[in-house]
Amino acid sequence: MIWEVFRQEREGQPFQHGGSLEAPNRDFAEAYAAEFYGRRAESVALWVVPREAILQIDEPYVADVFDRDYRRVDGYSLKVKLKEARERAGTG
Amino acid sequence: MSAQAPAEAAVAAVLAFADDELVLGWRDSQWTGVAPFLEEDVAFSSIAQGEIGHARALYELAADVLGGDADALAFDREASEYRCAPFVELPLAGDWAATVARHWLYETADSIRVAALMESDWPELAGLAAKMDREEAYHRMHAEMWAEKLGGDERFAAAVDGLWPYALGVLEPGRRGRLAELAGREEVDAVERGAHEDGFVALHEEMTMVRRSIPGAAW
Repeated sequence: MIWEVFRQEREGQPFQHGGSLEAPNRDFAEAYAAEFYGRRAESVALWVVPREAILQIDEPYVADVFDRDYRRVDGYSLKVKLKEARERAGTG
Repeated sequence: MSAQAPAEAAVAAVLAFADDELVLGWRDSQWTGVAPFLEEDVAFSSIAQGEIGHARALYELAADVLGGDADALAFDREASEYRCAPFVELPLAGDWAATVARHWLYETADSIRVAALMESDWPELAGLAAKMDREEAYHRMHAEMWAEKLGGDERFAAAVDGLWPYALGVLEPGRRGRLAELAGREEVDAVERGAHEDGFVALHEEMTMVRRSIPGAAW
Protein backbone atom coordinates (compact mmCIF):
# COMPACT_ATOMS: atom_id res chain seq x y z
CA MET A 1 0.00 0.00 0.00
CA ILE A 2 1.37 3.39 -1.01
CA TRP A 3 1.10 6.40 1.28
CA GLU A 4 1.75 10.01 0.32
CA VAL A 5 3.48 12.12 2.92
CA PHE A 6 3.02 15.87 3.28
CA ARG A 7 5.22 17.77 5.65
CA GLN A 8 4.96 21.07 7.44
CA GLU A 9 8.33 22.63 7.98
CA ARG A 10 7.27 25.30 10.44
CA GLU A 11 4.08 26.00 12.31
CA GLY A 12 1.63 28.03 10.26
CA GLN A 13 3.18 27.05 6.94
CA PRO A 14 1.28 25.02 4.37
CA PHE A 15 1.86 21.26 4.16
CA GLN A 16 3.90 20.35 1.10
CA HIS A 17 4.37 17.01 -0.57
CA GLY A 18 7.48 15.30 0.77
CA GLY A 19 7.35 11.95 -1.00
CA SER A 20 5.71 8.57 -0.81
CA LEU A 21 6.37 5.33 1.02
CA GLU A 22 5.12 1.77 1.11
CA ALA A 23 3.64 0.38 4.32
CA PRO A 24 1.13 -2.41 5.03
CA ASN A 25 -1.01 -0.42 7.48
CA ARG A 26 -1.39 2.87 9.39
CA ASP A 27 0.99 1.90 12.21
CA PHE A 28 3.78 1.08 9.78
CA ALA A 29 3.01 4.19 7.72
CA GLU A 30 3.30 6.31 10.87
CA ALA A 31 6.58 4.72 11.91
CA TYR A 32 8.17 5.04 8.48
CA ALA A 33 6.90 8.58 7.90
CA ALA A 34 8.36 9.65 11.25
CA GLU A 35 11.62 7.90 10.35
CA PHE A 36 11.91 9.45 6.89
CA TYR A 37 10.57 12.95 7.49
CA GLY A 38 10.86 13.57 11.22
CA ARG A 39 14.05 12.05 12.57
CA ARG A 40 16.13 15.15 11.93
CA ALA A 41 13.41 17.49 13.19
CA GLU A 42 12.87 18.70 9.62
CA SER A 43 9.08 18.73 10.02
CA VAL A 44 6.79 19.95 12.79
CA ALA A 45 3.85 17.90 11.51
CA LEU A 46 3.05 15.34 8.82
CA TRP A 47 -0.03 14.33 6.87
CA VAL A 48 0.16 10.67 5.85
CA VAL A 49 -2.51 9.79 3.32
CA PRO A 50 -3.29 6.54 1.49
CA ARG A 51 -2.70 7.26 -2.17
CA GLU A 52 -6.16 5.98 -3.13
CA ALA A 53 -7.75 8.56 -0.83
CA ILE A 54 -6.41 11.30 -3.06
CA LEU A 55 -8.69 12.56 -5.80
CA GLN A 56 -6.50 13.37 -8.75
CA ILE A 57 -7.95 15.51 -11.55
CA ASP A 58 -6.05 15.65 -14.80
CA GLU A 59 -6.39 18.71 -17.08
CA PRO A 60 -8.62 20.50 -14.60
CA TYR A 61 -9.60 23.35 -16.94
CA VAL A 62 -13.05 24.83 -16.81
CA ALA A 63 -14.29 25.15 -20.40
CA ASP A 64 -13.40 28.60 -21.67
CA VAL A 65 -15.02 28.90 -25.12
CA PHE A 66 -16.06 32.57 -25.34
CA ASP A 67 -13.65 35.45 -25.54
CA ARG A 68 -13.38 36.77 -22.00
CA ASP A 69 -9.93 38.29 -22.10
CA TYR A 70 -11.10 40.93 -19.67
CA ARG A 71 -11.09 38.28 -16.94
CA ARG A 72 -7.40 37.85 -17.32
CA VAL A 73 -4.97 40.14 -15.60
CA ASP A 74 -1.80 39.32 -17.51
CA GLY A 75 -0.42 42.26 -19.49
CA TYR A 76 -2.12 44.74 -17.20
CA SER A 77 0.56 47.02 -15.86
CA LEU A 78 -0.20 48.06 -12.36
CA LYS A 79 3.08 49.84 -11.89
CA VAL A 80 2.28 52.98 -13.92
CA LYS A 81 -1.28 53.28 -12.63
CA LEU A 82 -0.10 52.84 -9.05
CA LYS A 83 2.53 55.57 -9.51
CA GLU A 84 -0.09 57.98 -10.86
CA ALA A 85 -2.50 57.17 -8.05
CA ARG A 86 0.20 57.79 -5.46
CA GLU A 87 1.03 61.13 -7.02
CA ARG A 88 -2.63 62.16 -6.92
CA ALA A 89 -2.81 61.14 -3.31
CA GLY A 90 0.43 62.97 -2.49
CA THR A 91 2.13 59.83 -1.19
CA GLY A 92 4.31 59.18 -4.27
CA MET B 1 30.89 12.24 38.83
CA SER B 2 28.77 11.56 41.86
CA ALA B 3 30.11 12.40 45.30
CA GLN B 4 30.39 8.72 46.10
CA ALA B 5 31.94 6.30 43.61
CA PRO B 6 29.33 3.94 42.13
CA ALA B 7 29.38 0.37 43.39
CA GLU B 8 31.44 -2.14 41.42
CA ALA B 9 28.32 -4.16 40.64
CA ALA B 10 26.63 -1.08 39.17
CA VAL B 11 29.61 -0.44 36.87
CA ALA B 12 29.65 -4.09 35.81
CA ALA B 13 25.93 -3.89 35.02
CA VAL B 14 26.49 -0.77 32.91
CA LEU B 15 29.26 -2.50 31.01
CA ALA B 16 27.09 -5.59 30.42
CA PHE B 17 24.27 -3.34 29.22
CA ALA B 18 26.67 -1.50 26.89
CA ASP B 19 27.90 -4.83 25.48
CA ASP B 20 24.29 -5.92 24.86
CA GLU B 21 23.52 -2.73 22.95
CA LEU B 22 26.76 -2.81 20.94
CA VAL B 23 26.45 -6.44 19.90
CA LEU B 24 22.73 -6.25 19.16
CA GLY B 25 23.26 -3.04 17.19
CA TRP B 26 25.98 -4.81 15.24
CA ARG B 27 23.83 -7.87 14.55
CA ASP B 28 20.84 -5.74 13.52
CA SER B 29 23.02 -3.65 11.21
CA GLN B 30 23.72 -6.83 9.25
CA TRP B 31 20.26 -6.28 7.72
CA THR B 32 21.31 -2.99 6.15
CA GLY B 33 20.80 -3.28 2.41
CA VAL B 34 19.02 -6.64 2.60
CA ALA B 35 15.96 -6.00 4.81
CA PRO B 36 12.59 -7.22 3.45
CA PHE B 37 11.79 -3.85 1.84
CA LEU B 38 13.31 -0.41 1.47
CA GLU B 39 11.30 1.39 4.16
CA GLU B 40 12.13 -1.28 6.71
CA ASP B 41 15.76 -1.26 5.68
CA VAL B 42 16.01 2.41 6.61
CA ALA B 43 13.97 2.03 9.81
CA PHE B 44 15.83 -1.03 11.09
CA SER B 45 19.24 0.39 10.23
CA SER B 46 18.29 3.47 12.17
CA ILE B 47 17.32 1.35 15.17
CA ALA B 48 20.66 -0.48 14.92
CA GLN B 49 22.45 2.87 14.99
CA GLY B 50 20.31 3.88 17.94
CA GLU B 51 21.48 0.84 19.91
CA ILE B 52 25.12 1.58 19.14
CA GLY B 53 24.59 5.19 20.23
CA HIS B 54 23.25 3.90 23.54
CA ALA B 55 26.24 1.59 23.83
CA ARG B 56 28.58 4.55 23.39
CA ALA B 57 26.84 6.58 26.09
CA LEU B 58 26.96 3.62 28.49
CA TYR B 59 30.65 2.93 27.74
CA GLU B 60 31.42 6.62 28.37
CA LEU B 61 29.71 6.39 31.73
CA ALA B 62 31.65 3.22 32.60
CA ALA B 63 34.89 4.84 31.40
CA ASP B 64 34.35 7.71 33.86
CA VAL B 65 34.85 5.17 36.62
CA LEU B 66 37.13 2.58 35.01
CA GLY B 67 39.33 4.98 33.03
CA GLY B 68 40.04 4.85 29.31
CA ASP B 69 37.36 5.85 26.87
CA ALA B 70 34.30 4.42 25.13
CA ASP B 71 36.24 3.13 22.12
CA ALA B 72 38.74 1.31 24.30
CA LEU B 73 35.96 -0.39 26.25
CA ALA B 74 34.04 -1.22 23.11
CA PHE B 75 36.88 -2.55 20.99
CA ASP B 76 40.08 -3.18 22.95
CA ARG B 77 38.86 -5.96 25.22
CA GLU B 78 39.32 -9.65 24.51
CA ALA B 79 36.25 -11.53 23.29
CA SER B 80 36.15 -13.43 26.60
CA GLU B 81 35.86 -10.16 28.55
CA TYR B 82 32.56 -9.13 27.00
CA ARG B 83 29.57 -9.52 29.29
CA CYS B 84 26.76 -9.43 26.73
CA ALA B 85 23.91 -11.90 26.94
CA PRO B 86 24.19 -14.80 24.44
CA PHE B 87 20.75 -13.63 23.26
CA VAL B 88 22.20 -10.64 21.39
CA GLU B 89 25.05 -12.67 19.89
CA LEU B 90 22.86 -15.07 17.91
CA PRO B 91 23.38 -14.49 14.17
CA LEU B 92 19.84 -14.05 12.87
CA ALA B 93 20.43 -11.97 9.74
CA GLY B 94 18.61 -13.72 6.92
CA ASP B 95 15.73 -14.86 9.15
CA TRP B 96 13.38 -11.91 9.48
CA ALA B 97 10.81 -13.74 11.66
CA ALA B 98 13.52 -14.61 14.20
CA THR B 99 14.98 -11.10 13.99
CA VAL B 100 11.60 -9.56 14.77
CA ALA B 101 11.11 -12.08 17.58
CA ARG B 102 14.44 -11.07 19.14
CA HIS B 103 13.76 -7.37 18.57
CA TRP B 104 10.40 -7.62 20.31
CA LEU B 105 11.67 -9.72 23.23
CA TYR B 106 14.75 -7.52 23.66
CA GLU B 107 12.81 -4.27 23.63
CA THR B 108 10.34 -5.70 26.13
CA ALA B 109 13.17 -6.81 28.42
CA ASP B 110 14.94 -3.50 27.90
CA SER B 111 11.89 -1.52 28.98
CA ILE B 112 12.11 -3.32 32.36
CA ARG B 113 15.86 -2.77 32.66
CA VAL B 114 15.71 0.90 31.67
CA ALA B 115 12.81 1.60 34.05
CA ALA B 116 14.86 0.07 36.90
CA LEU B 117 17.98 2.08 35.98
CA MET B 118 15.97 5.32 35.96
CA GLU B 119 15.65 4.73 39.73
CA SER B 120 19.39 4.16 40.17
CA ASP B 121 21.16 6.03 42.97
CA TRP B 122 23.98 6.74 40.52
CA PRO B 123 22.57 10.05 39.25
CA GLU B 124 24.40 10.04 35.90
CA LEU B 125 23.10 6.55 35.17
CA ALA B 126 19.54 7.46 36.16
CA GLY B 127 19.74 10.50 33.86
CA LEU B 128 21.15 8.49 30.97
CA ALA B 129 18.46 5.82 31.39
CA ALA B 130 15.75 8.49 31.22
CA LYS B 131 17.31 9.85 28.03
CA MET B 132 17.54 6.40 26.49
CA ASP B 133 13.95 5.66 27.39
CA ARG B 134 12.73 8.46 25.12
CA GLU B 135 14.42 6.84 22.12
CA GLU B 136 13.54 3.31 23.20
CA ALA B 137 9.89 4.32 23.06
CA TYR B 138 10.27 4.49 19.28
CA HIS B 139 12.09 1.13 19.22
CA ARG B 140 9.28 -0.43 21.27
CA MET B 141 6.61 0.99 18.98
CA HIS B 142 8.44 -0.47 16.00
CA ALA B 143 8.90 -3.85 17.70
CA GLU B 144 5.29 -4.04 18.80
CA MET B 145 3.85 -3.20 15.40
CA TRP B 146 5.97 -5.95 13.86
CA ALA B 147 5.10 -8.48 16.58
CA GLU B 148 1.45 -7.72 15.98
CA LYS B 149 1.86 -8.04 12.21
CA LEU B 150 3.59 -11.42 12.53
CA GLY B 151 1.40 -12.51 15.47
CA GLY B 152 -0.31 -15.35 13.62
CA ASP B 153 2.78 -16.47 11.74
CA GLU B 154 4.11 -19.95 12.56
CA ARG B 155 7.74 -19.10 11.93
CA PHE B 156 7.48 -16.11 14.25
CA ALA B 157 5.85 -18.20 17.00
CA ALA B 158 8.55 -20.88 16.66
CA ALA B 159 11.26 -18.21 16.81
CA VAL B 160 9.79 -16.71 19.99
CA ASP B 161 9.68 -20.19 21.56
CA GLY B 162 13.31 -20.85 20.67
CA LEU B 163 14.55 -17.46 21.84
CA TRP B 164 12.61 -17.29 25.09
CA PRO B 165 15.28 -18.87 27.40
CA TYR B 166 17.84 -16.53 25.83
CA ALA B 167 15.66 -13.44 26.30
CA LEU B 168 15.28 -14.14 30.04
CA GLY B 169 19.07 -14.05 30.34
CA VAL B 170 19.13 -10.34 29.49
CA LEU B 171 17.63 -9.49 32.89
CA GLU B 172 18.72 -10.08 36.46
CA PRO B 173 16.80 -13.05 37.95
CA GLY B 174 14.54 -10.82 40.07
CA ARG B 175 13.21 -9.01 37.02
CA ARG B 176 12.47 -12.03 34.84
CA GLY B 177 8.98 -12.57 36.26
CA ARG B 178 7.95 -9.20 34.91
CA LEU B 179 9.25 -10.12 31.44
CA ALA B 180 7.30 -13.40 31.55
CA GLU B 181 4.21 -11.40 32.46
CA LEU B 182 4.68 -8.89 29.62
CA ALA B 183 5.46 -11.61 27.07
CA GLY B 184 2.58 -13.78 28.29
CA ARG B 185 4.84 -16.80 28.89
CA GLU B 186 6.09 -19.02 31.71
CA GLU B 187 9.49 -18.37 33.24
CA VAL B 188 12.01 -21.12 32.34
CA ASP B 189 15.73 -21.66 32.92
CA ALA B 190 17.57 -18.78 31.27
CA VAL B 191 20.62 -18.84 29.01
CA GLU B 192 22.88 -16.79 31.28
CA ARG B 193 25.61 -14.25 30.62
CA GLY B 194 29.17 -15.43 30.97
CA ALA B 195 29.53 -18.01 28.23
CA HIS B 196 29.46 -16.90 24.61
CA GLU B 197 27.83 -18.35 21.53
CA ASP B 198 30.09 -20.11 19.04
CA GLY B 199 29.93 -17.27 16.52
CA PHE B 200 30.95 -14.59 18.99
CA VAL B 201 34.70 -14.80 18.43
CA ALA B 202 34.21 -14.27 14.69
CA LEU B 203 31.87 -11.37 15.40
CA HIS B 204 34.41 -9.85 17.79
CA GLU B 205 37.12 -10.16 15.11
CA GLU B 206 34.90 -8.31 12.68
CA MET B 207 33.87 -5.60 15.16
CA THR B 208 37.41 -4.82 16.21
CA MET B 209 39.09 -5.22 12.81
CA VAL B 210 39.34 -1.54 11.87
CA ARG B 211 40.37 -0.47 15.35
CA ARG B 212 43.12 -3.13 15.39
CA SER B 213 44.36 -2.17 11.93
CA ILE B 214 45.96 1.05 13.24
CA PRO B 215 46.19 0.87 17.03
CA GLY B 216 45.70 4.19 18.76
CA ALA B 217 44.55 6.04 15.63
CA ALA B 218 41.96 8.80 15.98
CA TRP B 219 39.10 8.53 13.50
